[in-house]
Amino acid sequence: MATVDLNEVKKVYPGGVEAVKGVSIAIPDKALCVLVGPSGCGKSTLLRMIAGLETISAGTVAFDGKVVNTIGPTERDIAMVFQNYALYPHMKVYDNMAYGLRNRGTPRDEIDRRVRSTAEMLELSGLLDRRPRELSGGQRQRVAMGRAVVRDPKVFLFDEPLSNLDAKLRGQMRVEIKNLQRSLGVTSVYVTHDQLEAMTLADVLVVMNGGLVEQSGAALDIYERPASTFVASFIGAPPMNLLPLVGGQAGPALGDGTTVGLAPAGAATIGFRPEDADIEFGTDLPSDALVLPASVEAVEPVGAESFLHCQAGGGRIVVRVAGRTRVSVGDRLRVVCVAAKLHWFDQAGRRVG
Amino acid sequence: MFPNKILPYLLVAPQLAITLAFFYWPAGQALYQSMLRQDPFGLKSKFVWFANFRKVLADPAYLNSLKVTVVFSLSTAIVAMGVALLLAVMAEKVVRGRGLYRTLLIWPYAVAPAIAGMLWLFLFNPSIGSLAYLLRSLGIAWDPLLNGTQAMILLVSAAAWKQISYNFLFFVAGLQAVPKTLIEAAAIDGAGETKRFWTIVFPLLAPTTFFLLVVNTVYALFDTFGIVHAVTGGGPGKSTETLVYKVYNDGFVNLILGDSAAQSVILMVIVIALTAIQFRYVERRVHYG
Repeated sequence: MATVDLNEVKKVYPGGVEAVKGVSIAIPDKALCVLVGPSGCGKSTLLRMIAGLETISAGTVAFDGKVVNTIGPTERDIAMVFQNYALYPHMKVYDNMAYGLRNRGTPRDEIDRRVRSTAEMLELSGLLDRRPRELSGGQRQRVAMGRAVVRDPKVFLFDEPLSNLDAKLRGQMRVEIKNLQRSLGVTSVYVTHDQLEAMTLADVLVVMNGGLVEQSGAALDIYERPASTFVASFIGAPPMNLLPLVGGQAGPALGDGTTVGLAPAGAATIGFRPEDADIEFGTDLPSDALVLPASVEAVEPVGAESFLHCQAGGGRIVVRVAGRTRVSVGDRLRVVCVAAKLHWFDQAGRRVG
Repeated sequence: MFPNKILPYLLVAPQLAITLAFFYWPAGQALYQSMLRQDPFGLKSKFVWFANFRKVLADPAYLNSLKVTVVFSLSTAIVAMGVALLLAVMAEKVVRGRGLYRTLLIWPYAVAPAIAGMLWLFLFNPSIGSLAYLLRSLGIAWDPLLNGTQAMILLVSAAAWKQISYNFLFFVAGLQAVPKTLIEAAAIDGAGETKRFWTIVFPLLAPTTFFLLVVNTVYALFDTFGIVHAVTGGGPGKSTETLVYKVYNDGFVNLILGDSAAQSVILMVIVIALTAIQFRYVERRVHYG
């Protein structure tokens, strides 16, 4: 149980590459913080610095207000789940889980009790005598979790723990991780590049890009008010539609010449989510809305919803419509989005308004 | 595949001829001669079945030589592998100039066994050796020409020294194959550096270690004739006379051809057994993961 505070943490590799350029995050006790971003954004490096596997070039990492910069991974009282699980291949599941406790001199009977109760919780009881190579991917994942849980550490660290699993198992494990973390109440840091995983798991969501925090906060807040075009296009699937605005004589306009009267001062990009847009064939249009003439280029029916890929406003946009659609490729229609659901970004990609 | 029935045989014929002429024929001859007893002048020989084997196996000198061989082989293998592992672990930590270290450490392997033996002999010769002088000035009564144990130590050092670089290469490769995340996971699990080595790295090196154990034992058993010959000549007494050296001594020096042939047949059986073990092992290597 601990709070984790990062203060202006930087990582500069020998040779001058700056992987993390000053990140400050405060993670409250018992919270699950998800670091999400594209590969190379510094999220894994940041996690490894919290773990003590990488030195911290500048700034501080503190657990419960105590700076741990110079403390090695052995003494930080953390547990980490690795992407490739990092199970000890020559040890049985039982020994894999008991290893950390043995190293800390826990009495033998207590080790046995804790390993067995953790195994019970993770449904590993029947596998304790197996070696990692005799387990399936999902089972290995569970063992890796078990090895972390059994130690009862201050902080859990997850380094893309689900990316080696198939989609179905991933969804299932995601829920289990969330439930486990909530029931144990251990402060956790979770690194992923999967925005869906990030959205569903995070108490605190941190979107990173190029070694910096783009935005942090509650997942839905970030979804509803992305601070930049990067966040807007990274969070949400399919991503937010972004169309550039150009200044014309009649005010700001889109690439195809449609004027946009609603644009606030300084706006250079307009954005709206696929599900916030709708299609309109008729003529009675809401007055306070963006209306774009569009031609349908592709239709993706996925059952409960359909995605229409359209050419509109000088770019490609995606519109989500519920259920089946009678729209077909080549149709010309109008895409409508109410003003309240529009997002505006300036020249630098920052949110306006 | 081949419509021609003769061509395939023709193509393998040279290889077969070489194997037959240089391996099966001498091996057959050894087997045949091991069952002959020759008179001192080599004028006539008599077929005696297994009498030579019975005589050799009942000979205390032969049993002594067997003991010497076991001690020598195991010591050489253990010393050569232990030192190589230590060097490999240390070299793994070097960041800059790693390639140079490795190159320098592999060089001794290029030295011929007899030359290696001579080098050690010079260094530790009781009368002219510079390191022998050092040992004596430290108060150690160093005289491998009279002291059998010291002769054995000298021999093991020379034989092991040559093999260290070979083992080093394999251990370096083995260490690199140990996933880094495992070591990190062990560090997070609270294991210190020494503990990590013995509980994670060393067990994962087991395939390499086992392979090297076989290679080194075979090397010490059969490839060290040159070193024995150069350093001690089997002496003092028979305290460093290995099986291979005894075959040479009995056959070519003392001209007891029947005994010598019987001994070499026994050696051949040992080699075949060891090779079988090795192949079995290579076939199904201990794989993890």
